Amino acid sequence: MSASRLPRIVGLLALLVTACALPFVLSNFRLFQFSQVYIYAIAILGLNMLTGYNGQFSLGHGAFYAIGAYVSAIMMDHWNIAYGWTIPVAGVLCLVIGFLFGLPALRLEGLYLALATFSLALAVPQILKYFEHWTGGSQGIVLSKPNAPLGLPLNPDQWLYFLTLAILVLLFWVGANLLRGRVGRAIVAIRDNHIAAEAMGINTALYKSLVFGVSAAYTGVAGALSACVIAYVAPDSFNVFLSVTLLIGSVIGGLASISGAIFGAFFIQFVPNWAQDISKAAPWAIFGIFLIGFMYLMPFGIAGGIRLLWIRATRSRVQQEGRSAVPTQAHTTT
Amino acid sequence: MRSTRQLVALVLVLGVAVLAAIPAVAQTVVGVTATEIKIGHTNPYSGPASAYGTIGKTIAAYFKKVNDEGGINGRKINFITYDDAYTPPKTVEMVRKLVEQDQVAALFQTLGTPTNTAIHKYVNQQKVPHLFVATGATKWDDPKNFPWTMGFQPNYQTEGRVYAAYILKNIPDAKIGILYQNDDYGKDYVKGMEDGLGAAAAKLIVLKQSHEVTDPTIDSQIINLKNSGANVFFNVTIPKFAVQAIRKAHDIGWKPTHFLNNVSSSYAAVLKPAGVEASRGLITALYTKVVTDPQWKNDKGFQDWVAFMKKYYPEGSLEDDSNFFGYSAAILMAHVIKQCGNDLSRENIMRQAENLKGVDLPFLLPGIKVDTSPTDHAPIQQERLAKFNGEYWELFGEIFDAFHK
Repeated sequence: MSASRLPRIVGLLALLVTACALPFVLSNFRLFQFSQVYIYAIAILGLNMLTGYNGQFSLGHGAFYAIGAYVSAIMMDHWNIAYGWTIPVAGVLCLVIGFLFGLPALRLEGLYLALATFSLALAVPQILKYFEHWTGGSQGIVLSKPNAPLGLPLNPDQWLYFLTLAILVLLFWVGANLLRGRVGRAIVAIRDNHIAAEAMGINTALYKSLVFGVSAAYTGVAGALSACVIAYVAPDSFNVFLSVTLLIGSVIGGLASISGAIFGAFFIQFVPNWAQDISKAAPWAIFGIFLIGFMYLMPFGIAGGIRLLWIRATRSRVQQEGRSAVPTQAHTTT
Repeated sequence: MRSTRQLVALVLVLGVAVLAAIPAVAQTVVGVTATEIKIGHTNPYSGPASAYGTIGKTIAAYFKKVNDEGGINGRKINFITYDDAYTPPKTVEMVRKLVEQDQVAALFQTLGTPTNTAIHKYVNQQKVPHLFVATGATKWDDPKNFPWTMGFQPNYQTEGRVYAAYILKNIPDAKIGILYQNDDYGKDYVKGMEDGLGAAAAKLIVLKQSHEVTDPTIDSQIINLKNSGANVFFNVTIPKFAVQAIRKAHDIGWKPTHFLNNVSSSYAAVLKPAGVEASRGLITALYTKVVTDPQWKNDKGFQDWVAFMKKYYPEGSLEDDSNFFGYSAAILMAHVIKQCGNDLSRENIMRQAENLKGVDLPFLLPGIKVDTSPTDHAPIQQERLAKFNGEYWELFGEIFDAFHK
């Protein structure tokens, strides 16, 4: 373990310890909100892989979120399958759908791809109403909130908090390994210059479709978790605004940043509520001001802003101590 | 990766270590002090259904009026309302905030069918009064399974029963043809009609035709219904299809006694586009005074509402029925709080809401009253029939009570 990694790992551990302690400090309502944050964070990390790391725009990730949620809900409601099994199934199914959608998307670049995915976000709520036998139509499907297994002395909110936290940690660990390794470099190379990437022997078509699939899988898992936490799915839960919200989260948090997904999730969960507390009359105007303010102050998202501050802080300390060491650059891609 | 494994282990250890603590929950009189009662509410102030936001604003304005006049039994109403943008997950979050953080005494007029469905189980588990929800679905009247939830406006089944009662009484040789949208809304209406007809249903209904909301046209269904020999047409469609159905029946010369569901009773959205001539003679069921209808100009309840709007909600439209609706719902809630006296426990709020007898609300048609009981969680169940006379809906006949109370 190199010395430069030590503070990072200590920091991560401290965060995790705090996260595990929260259920015994906070009210159930707050836990529910934090569970939502973790769910959003998983979805945003998925979107971040696609948009931030691979440079493919998506305004349609709400659709994968909806598919994940409905897969989970239908399995629980129609076949009485335990919720735990529905989450990986939702992920795998979204992986396949995302991969298949990624194939035609290869022909589309930038804004055109954004529009194509946007159509997905528009279509899904209506398609859900069409298959009424399965989806319950506009009335949706009512589910039961899962209780803690194995007789654990946790109430449902505490249990769901730990479940979402565990899946978050798992998926972030997988995501970090994927993005920081050889595969990650290939994904970023395609974003930065796909001709050069191809010249280096990267199968850009395959990689782009795969990233689309993995991205959709992450978002699908998030959707399935949301079905468990909310205990209800309906087409109105997954309107176009959800896709836009996820994109806002990923940009505000920091594109092409893993920790940014968590910051972005906090932003989209709590800032609309604060905006509503500040002004009942025009909450979205307040939200807009927040959005512009954040983008102006931290053009690389919250994660980027924190990194800059960190570098500045360590550099000044180094200078004060009179050493001539060069600050270690963060070794992520941005 | 060694560090990762350590990390996982640590998480597990910590997780198990802190499991022992279980938060205790204390039950007392929630949301009430000597000077205040907290009432919670959600409404789509933003998003696709934000046109309904005005209902929440009217209710807030009415409670302000109550507070300005000294409150109820010395208590001011603290009306806490949040925006849920008509998205069920946001409704769950906001209602949990109201119940667990703001600690409201009761929820009132939460708006929307999917949004209320999302919190239905939760509020009943928490035993929070969930009163006079703003939706027309039938499921809110289910005191056996959901004793803490209560509807407000007549539901679709009730309306279906009203037509059935009229047919049984006045059209002895009825042969009924039904056109309905193939979803919960359409099926609720059909169920109400069939239940209302009772044993005669199988004989009287000669043909049922359904359509999907995605269908481009319903012409073939209308032709089938005409060919079935039906002399009564029960038209359960939303405005877009109602226009087509009225038009097509007129064009092919089919002249049944035509019952049009209240959902499509708008003059501007249905009758006018379908053609005044084709629409003449349609029958629908009404329970409220339409604010733009000149016949209520001198009605006391209507005038009070106009005076209220001018003073407390001047930016609200006097042509929007939603504002009359919200005003009347708020009056009913204030009535319940008053009836509670000094015992504002959740149990008593529910008990009083279940004990409303013959309460008059300004927006109800003359003679229609609010009535509830522990086994009846549908406050408004009476309706009156009205015939379109080419200009407006003209009331006729007596008041129909869907359940013959």
